[in-house]
This record gives sequence, structure tokens and C-alpha cells, in this order.
Amino acid sequence: MKNLSFKAVLLASLAATAAMGVVQSASAADEKYVLIHHSPDSETFWNTVKNGASLAAKEVGATVTFRNPPSGDLADMVRIIQQTTAEKPDGIIVTIPDLETVGGAIADAVAQGIPVVTMNTGTAEESKKLGALLHVGQPEYEAGKGAGERAKAEGMKSFLCVNSLFPNVAGQQRCEGFAEGLGVPLGEQMIDSGTDAAEIANRVKAYLSSHPDTSAVLTLGPMTAIPTIKALKDNGMAGDIYFATFDLNPDISQAIKDGVINFAIDQQPFLQGYLPVITLTNDLRYGVLQANSVLSGPGFVTKDNLSLVESLAGKYR
Amino acid sequence: MTSISTDERLKRNSLLRRALVRPELGAIGGTAAVFAFFLILAGGTQMFALDGVINWSTVSAQFIVLAVGVSLLMIAGEFDLSLGSMVGFSGMVFGLLVIHVGIPVWVAIVLTFAVCALIGTINGVLVIRTGLPSFVVTLAFMFILRGATIWSAITFNKQPVVSGISDAAAGDPIAWLFGGKAFTGLFTWLGQQGIIETYTRGTRLGQPIVDGIPMLILWAIGLVIVGQWVLTRTKFGNWIYAAGGDPQAARNVGVPVARVKVLMFIVAAICAALLGISQAIEFGSAASDRGIMTEFEAIICVVFGGALLTGGYGSVVGAALGAVIFGVVQQGLFFTNVESSLFRVFLGTILLGAVVANTYIRRSITGER
Repeated sequence: MKNLSFKAVLLASLAATAAMGVVQSASAADEKYVLIHHSPDSETFWNTVKNGASLAAKEVGATVTFRNPPSGDLADMVRIIQQTTAEKPDGIIVTIPDLETVGGAIADAVAQGIPVVTMNTGTAEESKKLGALLHVGQPEYEAGKGAGERAKAEGMKSFLCVNSLFPNVAGQQRCEGFAEGLGVPLGEQMIDSGTDAAEIANRVKAYLSSHPDTSAVLTLGPMTAIPTIKALKDNGMAGDIYFATFDLNPDISQAIKDGVINFAIDQQPFLQGYLPVITLTNDLRYGVLQANSVLSGPGFVTKDNLSLVESLAGKYR
Repeated sequence: MTSISTDERLKRNSLLRRALVRPELGAIGGTAAVFAFFLILAGGTQMFALDGVINWSTVSAQFIVLAVGVSLLMIAGEFDLSLGSMVGFSGMVFGLLVIHVGIPVWVAIVLTFAVCALIGTINGVLVIRTGLPSFVVTLAFMFILRGATIWSAITFNKQPVVSGISDAAAGDPIAWLFGGKAFTGLFTWLGQQGIIETYTRGTRLGQPIVDGIPMLILWAIGLVIVGQWVLTRTKFGNWIYAAGGDPQAARNVGVPVARVKVLMFIVAAICAALLGISQAIEFGSAASDRGIMTEFEAIICVVFGGALLTGGYGSVVGAALGAVIFGVVQQGLFFTNVESSLFRVFLGTILLGAVVANTYIRRSITGER
């Protein structure tokens, strides 16, 4: 019986708070933004995005919180978007890893009048279709193609694409773009590397020993680049095989300096965190909004322009 | 006059004692504690507004659907670690059947359930025939199914996500049962009456923000009722307890232990398929990474609910409450502005607390050591 009455109290207070929750407090400054991305906790790339967004928030006096599905499951990401929408923040910054899966939840947020900026994965067209203000990101296919063309110009004919983003379409597009730029069809050169460092290194070694004529390696980010550097050092191909990677971090900068990596394709994640916060704030406070989506990349980082990049790698670059 | 000692089976236990030995006790306390926690920390936020409630209820329902199957299987004394992979696998089988084979959605649903039931049977028969721990056999299937899911997606679809299911499912006679929403008319009416929030601008102006109860929630409630009824009110339910508690003794009194266990593997597989198909229809796509880690999440829910890892003890209602705890904690932490990476720390702490409390209470009541 005691239990029952406790439950009744609980239900009553639940109903009461539900009623109070509808009332929103409106204040001009101190906007609350939520940034939702699709990657599992272990991807270091997002730290730079966070730093960019936090810096922008600090500069304008807003706050930004970060959410992501811990294991990278997009179905979980949809629930996070829905929950965030229910919370009614002043703005949502979100990635579009797969339009069909997360698109509905993003469109619902827009329909509730929450300003949304999309960034990183997804395209400007998808962003527009969902009713977001704009998109800040790097067109994946074009970035891959640009990198492929660079490799072709240096005489590369075949490649290995180490894809750790397997269920994410962006990984596929990067590899396809690189293949297109190189002028070869994409087939078994794209391997599902998994996300465990030891596993990635072993698979790269296994592939290269069974395909010794491979002339270039493409990795899709620090998660695959770092184990691949190790694998190449182990099998003696470091500095010999042509090596391009997406994204930057301190280890990748060091590898460029050492001549192990020829160039990095920088999508400038700092901008992907920084610009959406600024865009949302300008829109909310002053009603100004730039007309187009922003291409934050690709920028190519080589030995020649490394010095400035290096001092900031992993923090703002 | 000789005193006749009463048969201990007829001994009357006090109400309190009977309440304390129920497996759900810990889960009820835990649920109350979790709600109290969030009412204090996030009471003023939208967490307890209608759309917030629907959100964490849907997440809880996802866990419940799996937890019902897992609790019955665990009470029968077995594990199935392949269920998370089964969620991804069933969605992919369904997606490929609809998009690449091009058969009607309802046929694909039936076929997918059949395929998953078959895999559940294989799991069960392998465990029974080989006498290996189910932990090992299903661990193997965890990899086999996940690998098969990724392979089939890449081979037939050229990419790891199969899209376009929404269009195919539109107008199908039974697809709405899995990915749709119930009581939409009622919610539209409530919106028109101004009782619930509606969109205030844009193309959906005037429509209610919450336009129905997701079918998954109804499935979850239905499964809990049926599961609990079978477990506690039928002969078969006694067989499940017996098969898990002491299989040898159960066999001696004529319980078909092997059949019960295999059947429970099938039930668990079907629960996973239900979740996989529902997600595929709701999100309009099947992705090869769906359901990663959910096998463990389901086990956590069941343990929250007071079940023993060794089998023979537990309850479906308890597992469902465990799932509610899981769902509310997972989604609720977002409202409290706690750093989301702390979620797992919090979850692990509750898990440990729940198990210690359950064990302690049971020991002190039953006098077992």
C-alpha cells in the first residue's frame, strides 16, 4: 500500500512538472545550443569540432553541449535528435550521416521552429531539403576526387582505401571519389578496417602483402591513419608507398614531417564547430544570415604549409 | 498429544516477506529512484512534457522488446549474445528483400521472422546438442550475423545502408503495425482542442507535435503482458523456471527441457527481429551497424529486473522495469546537461547497485548463503 501511495505522489508530481515544462523562459543572450554528431566516442576528430564550437560559444556568450550515440548507431542518433528537439534549445547543430535515417527527425526539429545548422557529413542540398539554415562541410566525393587527382599527377596507379566508417555513406564517397580521380574502378581496394587500432594495422599489412603492387594508401581519418602509419613502419613501406589521409591530428602532422604521409585532406573541422554557433547567434540576435552553405574544405596540408598547421594540430586544426 | 509439524509447503508467509522475495522488488525501487532523480534534476525541463515522455518511452520500448525475450531465455538458463547482431541482420534481410528482391513488404516481414526464427532454432539446437555454454555458441553467431549483414549490404546494395523502405512500406497492409503510430486521430483531435502542443509555423502548422503513440510502445506493453502471463500463470511458465533452475530435476519430473530452451531461443530471436523490422520501417532504412551492443544492454535490463545470471529466477515485468530505467537514464541525462560521456559511468554504477541490492535482499530473506 505504501508503495502505491508513493506511486500516486510520483504520478501527480510528474503531471505537475509536465504542465510547468510547457512554459519557456525567453532570454536574449546566453543561448543554449546542442551539437549532435554521429560518431562513436572513440573518434578524436570531434575534439577539434568541439574546441571550435566551444570557442565560438565563449566569444558570443552562449553555451553549447555535445551529444552523440556512444556506439555510433544511427537509430540511437535519431532518438537523441528527437529528445533534443523536445528540450527546445535555441539552436541545433547536427550532422546528416544518412538522409533517410536522420532526415525525418531533423525536419521535425525545423518544423517546431528550432533553427538548425547542419555540418560535417551531408550535403548542402540535403541540408536545404530539411529546412536547415545552411550547411558547413566538405563535399566528400569532390574532396576524395581532388586527392585522387593529386595522387594521379604523381604517377600513382592503384590504391588501398582503409575504410573505418563502413556504415557511413561518407566513407564510401571518399573512396569512390579517390578512385575516380585516380581513374580506376572501385572494388576490393576498399577494405572494412573495423575501428580497433590493432585490427586496422593487421588488415592493412595483410592487404599490402597480398597486393604488393599497390602504389597508394588512402585513410579516412586519424582512426585509420595512425594504425596505418604503424603498419607501414612495420613492413618497411613507410615513406616508400604514397600515403594520403583525410583529416589532421598531431600524429598525422608528425608523419607528414617525417615523409610517411604525402598530404592530408583537411576539412577544417574547427570551422564546422565554430561557424554554426556564430551563424545561429547572428540569426537569433540580429536576424542576419549568409546566403549560401559554407565549404569548410578541402584544404590540402603538405610538408610545405605544415608549420602553422602543426602548432595547432589536434586543438584547432 | 503429539504435535504434528506443519508441512513447510503449506506454511503461510507474511505479506512483507512475500513482497520482498519477488524478483521485481529491486526494479520497482530502482524505477522510483530514477524517476525521483530526474524529477529533481530535470523536473522543470521538457523531459516530462508530452514529446519528451514519448521519446524516452520509445527508447524504453526498444529495450523492453528485447528484454522480454532475453528475460525468458535467461530464466530458462541460457544467454543469447547474438541478439544485437540479429537486430541489424533482420533489418538488413528485410530491407534487401523489399528493395532488391522487390517482394511486397508484408511478405518480406513474414519471411524475415521465419529466417530469424530459424537462426534462433539453430542457436538453440547447437547449444543443446553440443552441451557447450550458450555464451560461446551465441558469441560465434554474434560475429557470423554481423559479418553476414555487412557482407550482404555491400554485395547487393554497394553500400552499407539500404534506403527507400519508407516508400515501399507506404500503403502496405501490415507495415504500419511495425513502424507506424497508433491513435493518430485522437492526437489530432487533442491538438485541435488545444490540449496538446501543435506546430506553430511552417508546413505542418496546426498538426500536433506528437501525432500518435509509436507502435513499438504498444508491442512492448503487449509482450510484457503476454510474457508475464505465460511465465507466472501457465504450466509452460513453470517449465521455463524449472529448465533454468535445475534442468536435471526438471527432466526427472518430465519437463521437456530441451524443447523449452530451444523455444526460448526462438522467442528471443523473434523479439530481436521485431525490433529490427520496426526500426527499418520507422527510419526507412536498414543499416549494417544497427543493434551494436544491444545484446548486452538487454542483459543489463534483465539483471536490473532482478533475474539471476544462472537462470531459474526472474520476471518479465522486472525486466521491463529494468528497460524503463535504462531508457530513462539514457535519454534523461541529456536534459540534466550532464556530459553525455558520463552516461556509461552512471549506467555501470546503477547496474552494480541494483545487482548488489537484489542479491543482498534475496539472501537476507531466503537465508541462502
